Amino acid sequence: MRPESEAELAHLIRSARASLSITGGRTRHWPGEGQGDPLDMTALTGVTLYEPEALTLVVRAGTPLETVRRTLAAEGQMLGFEPAGNGSSTIGGVAATNASGPRRVQAGAARDALIGVRFVDGQGNIIRNGGRVMKNVTGYDLVKLMTGSRGRLGALSELSFRTAPLPPVTRTLALPELDAAAAIPALSSALGGPFDVSGAAWLPGHGAMIRLEGLGASVASRAADLTARLASFGAVRDGDNEAWRLCCPSEPGAHGDTWRITCRPSEAPALLAHLPEPLFLDWGGALIHVLLPPGQVPHLPRFSGHARRITGGAPGLVPDLDPLTARLERDLRHRFDPRGIFHGQN
Amino acid sequence: MMQMPQPDASVLARRQDIIAALQDELPGAVIHDPAETRAYECDALSAYRCPPLAVVLPHTTDEVSRLLRLCHELRVPVVPRGAGTSLAGGSMPSRDAVVIGLSRMTEVLEISPEDRLIRVQAGRTNLSVSGAVDSLGFFYAPDPSSQLACAIGGNIAMNSGGAHCLKYGVTTNNLLGVTMVLMDGSVVELGGPMGEGPGLDLLGVVCGSEGQLGIVTEATLRILPKPAGARPVLIGFDSSETAGACVAAIIRAGIIPVAIEFMDSPCIRATEAFAGAGYPDCEALLIVEVEGTPPEIDEQLALIRNIAMRFEPVEFRESRSEDEARRIWLGRKSAFGAMGQMGDYICLDGTIPVTALPSVLAGIGDLSRQYGLAVANVFHAGDGNMHPLIIYDANQPGDLDRAEALGADILRLCVEVGGCLTGEHGVGIEKRDLMSVQFDPADLEAQMRVKDTFDPHWLLNAAKVFPLEVSAPRRERRLNRTADAA
Repeated sequence: MRPESEAELAHLIRSARASLSITGGRTRHWPGEGQGDPLDMTALTGVTLYEPEALTLVVRAGTPLETVRRTLAAEGQMLGFEPAGNGSSTIGGVAATNASGPRRVQAGAARDALIGVRFVDGQGNIIRNGGRVMKNVTGYDLVKLMTGSRGRLGALSELSFRTAPLPPVTRTLALPELDAAAAIPALSSALGGPFDVSGAAWLPGHGAMIRLEGLGASVASRAADLTARLASFGAVRDGDNEAWRLCCPSEPGAHGDTWRITCRPSEAPALLAHLPEPLFLDWGGALIHVLLPPGQVPHLPRFSGHARRITGGAPGLVPDLDPLTARLERDLRHRFDPRGIFHGQN
Repeated sequence: MMQMPQPDASVLARRQDIIAALQDELPGAVIHDPAETRAYECDALSAYRCPPLAVVLPHTTDEVSRLLRLCHELRVPVVPRGAGTSLAGGSMPSRDAVVIGLSRMTEVLEISPEDRLIRVQAGRTNLSVSGAVDSLGFFYAPDPSSQLACAIGGNIAMNSGGAHCLKYGVTTNNLLGVTMVLMDGSVVELGGPMGEGPGLDLLGVVCGSEGQLGIVTEATLRILPKPAGARPVLIGFDSSETAGACVAAIIRAGIIPVAIEFMDSPCIRATEAFAGAGYPDCEALLIVEVEGTPPEIDEQLALIRNIAMRFEPVEFRESRSEDEARRIWLGRKSAFGAMGQMGDYICLDGTIPVTALPSVLAGIGDLSRQYGLAVANVFHAGDGNMHPLIIYDANQPGDLDRAEALGADILRLCVEVGGCLTGEHGVGIEKRDLMSVQFDPADLEAQMRVKDTFDPHWLLNAAKVFPLEVSAPRRERRLNRTADAA
């Protein structure tokens, strides 16, 4: 099934008799997902509205992320968040998985830049929420509910985003001597000062990395102030602007399972003490990606976030929800998809 | 005039028993003397008033939980109240409702500068959240103009914005987690580090749900390092169209100031007469504020000046001192007070695509003449969030109705050009019956499913947000059940 219009998408879902698995460009595919009949979204493409002076882009869900990037770059703009997709990602896949990169510490996630959605629920109803303006509190915010819902409530057909100007200058400061745990206090210090940091990560071989973006004189002055502040943590050097793209979930490899852990940055050093050297840290230490031997479950001290295995064989391990949240989720899914058409999502 | 549904007769008949049960549950926290409940009969939408059955002021999440469990068992409607500053009637009570107020829940529970967050009880005022982290060099970004009085719980209910959200976003972008009590008394924790839990983004749909899904008792908020400094400029124009075009050009050039405020001539003249800020007498003016260290500010303002000069402004006023900066903001900050001097007013907050600004301003002018009521415009231009102020005389019979009808036509215009009914004040009762202008039945049905999940009996703030006839089957199902049980 490969619908070419929203109306066709609605018809296909309404007439479906078995569960469906919505597919795009395999952005953040998790173990155990995709058991239903494939519902291929990649024919639902095209920019329906782009107003650079209003910082607004409306685009159909199957549009390749790369097309979106090029469309915006031609006008000196980018999405209002940093998408963390892969080369084949669709914009709908990025939205459905809330796939957000390093700039989350400054500009927020996909959920924060999404200002409107159109989607088809499990009964085939076409539903609109939000719109094309960035300030909108009219009715409930189903835009947030749909972002990151991985197709469990409906199939996204069209998305409105806030856009942002491409920064004219980007500069990366690195503290190459710091290991992952030692990087956390340095990243916190950078994020806690008036430097408008747009990335705070750690990568093997690069050490702690801090990104500054903006107008030339502004970046230069912030870089000088920040270098002085960070001197007590270790040597500060110019880092590699290209390294930021490595802060992205890795493709499934044969040599292990990738785990994704979110926590408070202040909890990260204690967690890292129980883990091998991570693949990367992002968001100032609030995000840890680590490779473990196949089948191994990390034993971690109590912390306020959650850990999830994002590669490896089925079935996926789902973090425990408390019973009340689990009941609310079940109930919502039932109301948006009473026939269980989207149960193939996971 | 906005209508409210008939109060539940079975609840009114049990008034004394309900009050006694509340007093048993929380001695000393219940207000039921009509002379005292009157203080809770309205919020900032003061044209609409109704004293509640009782008011309860709990101290803790556990007390809120016990109260809601009791009201749920007794099938008594509940209206949550933060500080009562809603401009949309979000905390307007009904005669059959118990108001649960957060005014005694103002504690700071935790501050973590390393994690850049603060956890507070939801009755704490917006400004005092920033106050609690000020000495650490941080602030809480959303800054609604009621920030001295409004409570964080109300900010979450309405997803409040403010003048600086062009750069920092609104409440939902700065909220990391909540503790919330559902109508049946159960307590749920939503969110997590970076605002993200393991499952669906329930936090995202709770924020902005206008107190219809639960009562938020505690909130974890993102705090940001205070900028090194900020400086405004004032730019005057001989037409609103030119001012609008200048806003678009600034954004198009890749500059996102922290605030771009717009005032039209009726607003400029009224504030000038009221506050004497020394504004130029012109058709429209912009206040553009940028942040950073002095060299960063100079760099941005030089670019903004170059852009503005292309539009031949009648004035470009920079601030060279704290005092000059204060004077530039003085008129804008006095605007609502100045309007209050001119008469009673309704403040709308429809949002439009910024590209539609000139045509919408012209349309509002036409409607204003048609209705014979003055409209002044002061708003956040960078994000298209308008604030048309309709001036009327509450003592003149029929004037409020006419002002409301004009307001509805202005909001219809906002929706027509691709915008929305409300950018930051919320729907409440005020815009409830206009929701069908913006949404199809399927869109409203999808939203009501969320309420069905969190509050199946529709006891919590139920006669708000959705047009009465649209929510009637759900609200009346409860009444029929109560009648059957009796």
